[in-house]
Amino acid sequence: MRTLVLASHDNHKILPASLSAMTAALNFSKTFDVWVMGQFRQGVIETLQHAPCVSQVFAWETADVVSPSQLAHAIRDFRVSYDVFMAPADYFGKDFMPRIAASLDVTQISDITKIISHDTFVRPIYAGNAFLTVQALDRVKVLTIRPSAFPPLVLEKGERKTQLQKITPSLQPDRVRFVERKLDTSERPELTSAKIVVSGGRGLKSKANFALIGELASKLNAAIGASRAAVDEGFIPNDCQVGQTGKVVAPQLYIAVGISGAIQHLAGMKDSKVIVAINQDPNAPIFQVADYGMVGDLFEIVPALCKALPNKT
Amino acid sequence: MIKILVAVKRVLDFNLRVRLKPDGSGVDLANAKMSMNPFDEIAVEEAIRLKEKGVAGECVAVSIGPLANQETLRTALALGMDRGILITTDEEWEPLNVAKILKKTVEKESPQLVILGKQSIDGDHNQTGQMLAEILNWPQATCVSELKWQEEECLLTREIDTGLEVLAVKPPFIMTVDLRLNQPRYATLPNIMRAKQKPLSIEPLLNLNNSLTPRIKRLKVEPPPPRNSVKMLKTVEELVRHLKQEAKVI
Repeated sequence: MRTLVLASHDNHKILPASLSAMTAALNFSKTFDVWVMGQFRQGVIETLQHAPCVSQVFAWETADVVSPSQLAHAIRDFRVSYDVFMAPADYFGKDFMPRIAASLDVTQISDITKIISHDTFVRPIYAGNAFLTVQALDRVKVLTIRPSAFPPLVLEKGERKTQLQKITPSLQPDRVRFVERKLDTSERPELTSAKIVVSGGRGLKSKANFALIGELASKLNAAIGASRAAVDEGFIPNDCQVGQTGKVVAPQLYIAVGISGAIQHLAGMKDSKVIVAINQDPNAPIFQVADYGMVGDLFEIVPALCKALPNKT
Repeated sequence: MIKILVAVKRVLDFNLRVRLKPDGSGVDLANAKMSMNPFDEIAVEEAIRLKEKGVAGECVAVSIGPLANQETLRTALALGMDRGILITTDEEWEPLNVAKILKKTVEKESPQLVILGKQSIDGDHNQTGQMLAEILNWPQATCVSELKWQEEECLLTREIDTGLEVLAVKPPFIMTVDLRLNQPRYATLPNIMRAKQKPLSIEPLLNLNNSLTPRIKRLKVEPPPPRNSVKMLKTVEELVRHLKQEAKVI
């Protein structure tokens, strides 16, 4: 089977979610092709060129932000035909993969957590309250995988270096124009790939109090997450939201502070290895998924926990 | 003034616990309360706000499914939509086919803006809007959290993994909406009564030339794996000790 992974990068490196998609791609064939686009440093491409599991790298260097419609056109007109198109279910994959599927007149299977065979997959439905095993009947498969369900592929450096295939698809005119991205810059680990996540909810009561979450996260070298309520209240930006409609995380340790545990939030974190819940309400649903729980005033518990934790060197 | 089409789906009420059929064939919806998909409520609300601002003229809601979907459309009418279209089918179509069905409605109604929820809370696909945009060859803006309507070019803010993205789009286009776009209103009793008089057309789904074929086969539906029960701790020292020695995660 011939597989193409559509990989995203941050100009410097391939993003972990795309490396997870590569791990998933190995279920179909020993090697796969990779498509990258945008503006990137040579290093991004070279790692891929050296990796034994990568058979060809197609690089579309462009200063323009390619729209989902333009990408779907480019893929449909591409000279190589594939059996499987693969991308992570991050905002990038969610935006363009359904367009690629529709342009090829095939279904898409979204957010796959398990690959059973070349046409049978498991995916969460109802915010992860059920798992559906589904068979895709189209010959060509367009798939997005849930990054937290597949470990990022470690790209080995082999002897061989594949030829770089530069591509320049023509940009179809589109009525959508990219204006700007307002990125939240943070020194902390990235939320979806962090080993530890500390999340805060409505229980924090204010934006100023949310700094407590930051303190605990710093102590643990953790990423910061939040419930929808905390984002809606303006305690923290939207890109920190964990849940059915936010990000799905599965770190080694997830600490939920002042989060009651609406099913929409649980959908985004209940696959974490160890879950700690700190909440004043002993009946909060968060305790049903937690491994360790503490009932009490978070404004006392969190500072005490910061103190009790060893200093990171 | 523009015409807006909003697609609404009837789903298991978001407050309800998901019950699975014991034979693994699916989710048990018998006698369960069904409601409008929460993201579609946001789509309806945005259409009504554009109407109130004088941007939009007629606002039409469309739903695909069994006759019971009339109730969902009546809710949309009670909220302020002008007209409802129900395309009846007992089949549970996947997003590609839903997009194909909606395309026919778009061609018939010629709206300048089609609004959909970014995903439905049952299937969680997040595909239909993008697919509809592709087969119409229209531009799309997904996961929109802010909309500024301007005659020539609309400014849309999208929520993305690393922050926010702003796009400028010329109508007609497809917009899928995210949680923070607006806070949907409640239908008032007089409006619920008035909605009963609003036009709602019911059309059977015509599968012309068998262009709609199933693309997936649902094999089984299972509950998520169970988690261990919670260990309640009294002090932070206990917690740190457990995390270090038992869980070995710090």
